[in-house]
Amino acid sequence: MSNTSSLTPLDVTPAAPEGGEIGPVQTGWRLALREFAQNRLAVIGLGIIAFFVLFCFLGPLFYHGNILSSNLENTNLSPGSGHPAGTDNQGFDELALLMQGGQAALEVGFFAAAVGIGIGTLWGAIAGLAGGVLDSTMMRVVDIFLSIPFLFIVLIVAVRYGSSVLSLSLIIGGSTWLIPARLVRGEVLTLRTRDFVSAARAAGAGWWRLINRHLIPNALGTIIVNVTFQVADAILTLAALGFLGYGLHYPHQDWGDMLSNGTTYLQDGYWWLIYPVGACIVLVVMACNLVGDALRDSLDVRLRRR
Amino acid sequence: MTAYLSRRIGTSILVLIGVSIFIFALLHLIFPSPAIVVLGVKANHASIAAWNKSNGFDRPWFAQYLTYMNGLIHGNLGHSYKLNQSVTALFQERWARSAYLSLISLIFAVLIAVPLGIYQAVRRNTVGDNVLTSLAFVTYAMPVFFLGLILIQVFALSFPILGFEASQSTSLLTVVGDWHDMTLPILTLTLVTVASFSRYMRSTSIDTLAQDYIKAARAKGLPERLVLTRHLVRNASLPMVTLIGLTIPTLLAGNLITETLFNFQGLGLLFYNSLGNEDYNVMLAYTLIGALLTIIGNLVADMALTVADPRIRLA
Repeated sequence: MSNTSSLTPLDVTPAAPEGGEIGPVQTGWRLALREFAQNRLAVIGLGIIAFFVLFCFLGPLFYHGNILSSNLENTNLSPGSGHPAGTDNQGFDELALLMQGGQAALEVGFFAAAVGIGIGTLWGAIAGLAGGVLDSTMMRVVDIFLSIPFLFIVLIVAVRYGSSVLSLSLIIGGSTWLIPARLVRGEVLTLRTRDFVSAARAAGAGWWRLINRHLIPNALGTIIVNVTFQVADAILTLAALGFLGYGLHYPHQDWGDMLSNGTTYLQDGYWWLIYPVGACIVLVVMACNLVGDALRDSLDVRLRRR
Repeated sequence: MTAYLSRRIGTSILVLIGVSIFIFALLHLIFPSPAIVVLGVKANHASIAAWNKSNGFDRPWFAQYLTYMNGLIHGNLGHSYKLNQSVTALFQERWARSAYLSLISLIFAVLIAVPLGIYQAVRRNTVGDNVLTSLAFVTYAMPVFFLGLILIQVFALSFPILGFEASQSTSLLTVVGDWHDMTLPILTLTLVTVASFSRYMRSTSIDTLAQDYIKAARAKGLPERLVLTRHLVRNASLPMVTLIGLTIPTLLAGNLITETLFNFQGLGLLFYNSLGNEDYNVMLAYTLIGALLTIIGNLVADMALTVADPRIRLA
């Protein structure tokens, strides 16, 4: 958060008059950002995410480890010279694998969240705006989908069609749009009776314009908070798929698959095959949850410090 | 109450029919026929077509759906061509073990999470609360299998006091009595559930503590212990009822991974093996049962809530 200082103009606050301090008037988003920046845990979370993005996407430019051709002379080396994080049973370099697996985790996390949020927002906005029969039909569809154990479906689809970053993102996103759909519908139900929506309607705005320009921007707070949790969930789902053996295929890597590989050597004490990967998953997911919690607190007007 | 109940059950049945159609259609799209699994990959088109015809897999999918549902109602879940056994028999053999693992973990999770959440709410922002909140936060972000692996490492390998594999016995009584081997799977599933339950319990308890009736109870001089047991616990636990209903899908997914990790011969492991074997009927039945449990769980949670909370007046 390098721009924190520009958002907290503490140095220009006028001398406190009697009866309390009066700060400069700030708009909603700026106030929310300031609240967010003051939450130390949230900044740590954002820092962790930024670190992993740099580590996974820029790391491979500077660190070249062998992750493509198996090298049976260098299997299961403990961390040391040449291999800072050791090697696995194929002789692949663990550090390079961690970067490669992290790319997949972050890509799937963000793509899946984008897909889920995209479908969910539109679905919820249309249902909320339409009301009546269409609304209740669309919401029953959400109820039906919510009752489906989606990990099983995701696994079944992954077994048949194999897994790539794109397909997994679509499948995971296609199964996680239900919660955002419900949340956005709830928001839209309260928004649609507001004056500015009536005004826009009176001015002849069509559905698309109403949703796109008036409803979604006002429901954005709810949506953004949900994105962070969606990313965390998608990363966990990908890890579970990988662990069960239905994640990405060579030459792509995923963290769950690496962990499941390491499990074989648990009794041999090859800790570097398990704990670094596990820590990566936990850190990224935790960071997303931290950011999400902080965003919810800072965007929730009721909880905001005045 | 009766009107609400019948309406609620009616909706659940509608949802159940919708879910079963969706799942059946999707699986049918992915695995149109088990012919190749039965006849082998080298089977020619004519024999596949003949097999499909004799087993009814050439009919429209909706007709197949109706046949399947008819069988399901009569307790016939189809045939596992890979294990050459009826799916019903396979499930009968194993369901009790899975149910034991899920239920006992759920019970332990509630027994731990409720007092924990209340303790954290009463002592909020103290060192104890902060430590517990952080622990719950880390556990919450942890994949089930990683947590399980850490527990195996600590309790089965570094300090070998517990088994690293679940009990392999086919008798439920032996499984229940086998604490040496069952503690780790149960602990894994319990801890994951406690992490989410205690977070929730803490926040509802904080909300409840701010209510007027708590102030009134304190003002009339009720000892703090009674305020907590009589007024706080019951009211703060109400959302837990709904939460338990909503946890069923998570629990099933956790079950699948825990059973795979500890090689526990339950339904989850059966499903996992059916993925590798392309055992279509097992996948279909397990997914359908998962959906059924989810719907029943939500229904029961809603009904339990109306009983537990007299403030909910139903039309």
